[in-house]
Amino acid sequence: MKGGTLLDHELVPKHEVLTEEEEKAVLRKYKVSKRQLPKIKYSDPIAREIGAEVGQIIKITRDSKTAGKSIAYRVVIDQ
Amino acid sequence: MAKHDTIRALVKRGVSEELAERVADAGLTLGALKALTPSELAERISISAEEAEEILALVGSKPKREVTPEEDTSLEAKVARLKVPQSVKDELIAKLSKLDLSKRQIDKVLKRVEEEYERVRIDPCEAVGIVAAQSIGEPGTQMTMRTFHYAGVAEIYVTLGLPRIIEIVDARKTPSTPMMVIKLDEEHRHDKQKAHALATKIEATYPSHLGDIITLPDEMMIRIDVDDRALERRGISMEDLFQKIQDHGKFNADLELDEENRSIIIRPKEYSYRELLQLRERLTSTNPSSGILISGIKGITRVVIRHEDGEYTLYTEGSALKEVLELDGVDATRTTTNNINEIENVLGIEAARNAIITEMVNTLSEQGLNVDIRHLMLVADMMTVDGEVKQIGRHGVAGEKASVLSRAAFEVTVNHLLDASLYGYVDELRGVTENVIVGQPIRLGTGDVELVAKPYGKVVE
Repeated sequence: MKGGTLLDHELVPKHEVLTEEEEKAVLRKYKVSKRQLPKIKYSDPIAREIGAEVGQIIKITRDSKTAGKSIAYRVVIDQ
Repeated sequence: MAKHDTIRALVKRGVSEELAERVADAGLTLGALKALTPSELAERISISAEEAEEILALVGSKPKREVTPEEDTSLEAKVARLKVPQSVKDELIAKLSKLDLSKRQIDKVLKRVEEEYERVRIDPCEAVGIVAAQSIGEPGTQMTMRTFHYAGVAEIYVTLGLPRIIEIVDARKTPSTPMMVIKLDEEHRHDKQKAHALATKIEATYPSHLGDIITLPDEMMIRIDVDDRALERRGISMEDLFQKIQDHGKFNADLELDEENRSIIIRPKEYSYRELLQLRERLTSTNPSSGILISGIKGITRVVIRHEDGEYTLYTEGSALKEVLELDGVDATRTTTNNINEIENVLGIEAARNAIITEMVNTLSEQGLNVDIRHLMLVADMMTVDGEVKQIGRHGVAGEKASVLSRAAFEVTVNHLLDASLYGYVDELRGVTENVIVGQPIRLGTGDVELVAKPYGKVVE
């Protein structure tokens, strides 16, 4: 995309790759394993834009109409 | 054993069993624990800093110490500590700062708000899917079955009403009426001329838009009588047009430019009527796959310019998000399409989720229906949970359920039962539908509660 990046589009919420410690904290907080998290494909344009690798967790900070701000996690899958 | 004692001691002090085990596994005793700082502990047994702090607070030198005194008593800090969503916090700060309340009153308000929030939250094991289905289904019965509508005042056809909702939840690859809303950048959005120039650059132009295409079977030729005004309006020169048709070159014909009569003459190389008719077919086609594109973006058949909210905006029939975002003059942060599949491919799964929600909200509210957005968010979440947009239905969400009975109860019953018996599938009866079928209590609400006995102080190895 010319100028700026896809990340600037109003439909795209903020995506961040978590560090290993953050990943552990998230999985412990929700008492889940990685495969139980929602998924995002490795080929997803935004996953590519932020350079996420397969198996990493992406933290998504959504602008929610009900909660104001809501945080979701997606694990990068190989596809 | 020392390990057991440590775990017991920790659990007694209010540390969760899981954490206690971790601490003991790391070979730490209660004494050793006290000597550590939170960050050291967090690192040693790989837990979050908050959890480490909590453990240390619980085993600290004063084991029965109350919660650490709140240092910051400003309104903002107090509100920030509440366990409520951001929007509630923002509202609280906005409203409370206007009122003249004492500290005690404020504390009371905050406490009540937190309690109230906890009260209205959805309980665990609540069947939210059923509630969402009914909440969308009932207003759906009031929707007009077949509404074709114009988007606002601009004369653009868009499918709305029930057909549109069905299209969204079926995750169709292309909507029946794709359209885009193209916002322009600072330079173009206030200038009608520039907006117009951009519109002509976007609109797909085929030879039939630029003149009359006349077939002359007697002379075995096709003549394009070019309309100069049409050329000018679209900013194309005669030479460009000629060149474009010639470059296209996928047909077996000779081209001739008749500058004097403002026309282009095309003769098939082979003397056959079939060739001539095929040639004519190609030249008159405005189909994205077979037509000869002279200018513009493939798939965008019409562009309408509208002035609204103090800026010029382009509305298009047809959609090509990727190509449009790359154009100069387009505001690539606000331009959207109603083609969710395209959004998924260009902007990713999260953008697709947002698009599903906004498209559904817009369709429903256009019909004067008011469905709580949480139901629509649940639908969008389910559709996008696997990293790609899945339909609600037998090829998507409903078709991927674990239970054979549940899938058989939905659609194509025989196929599912046949497959299941052929391959010896097992139904674990964990869901709602399958338990209703076999006549067992469903695992919902009070049906989901089980008594779990854990003898205190005894750790089962």
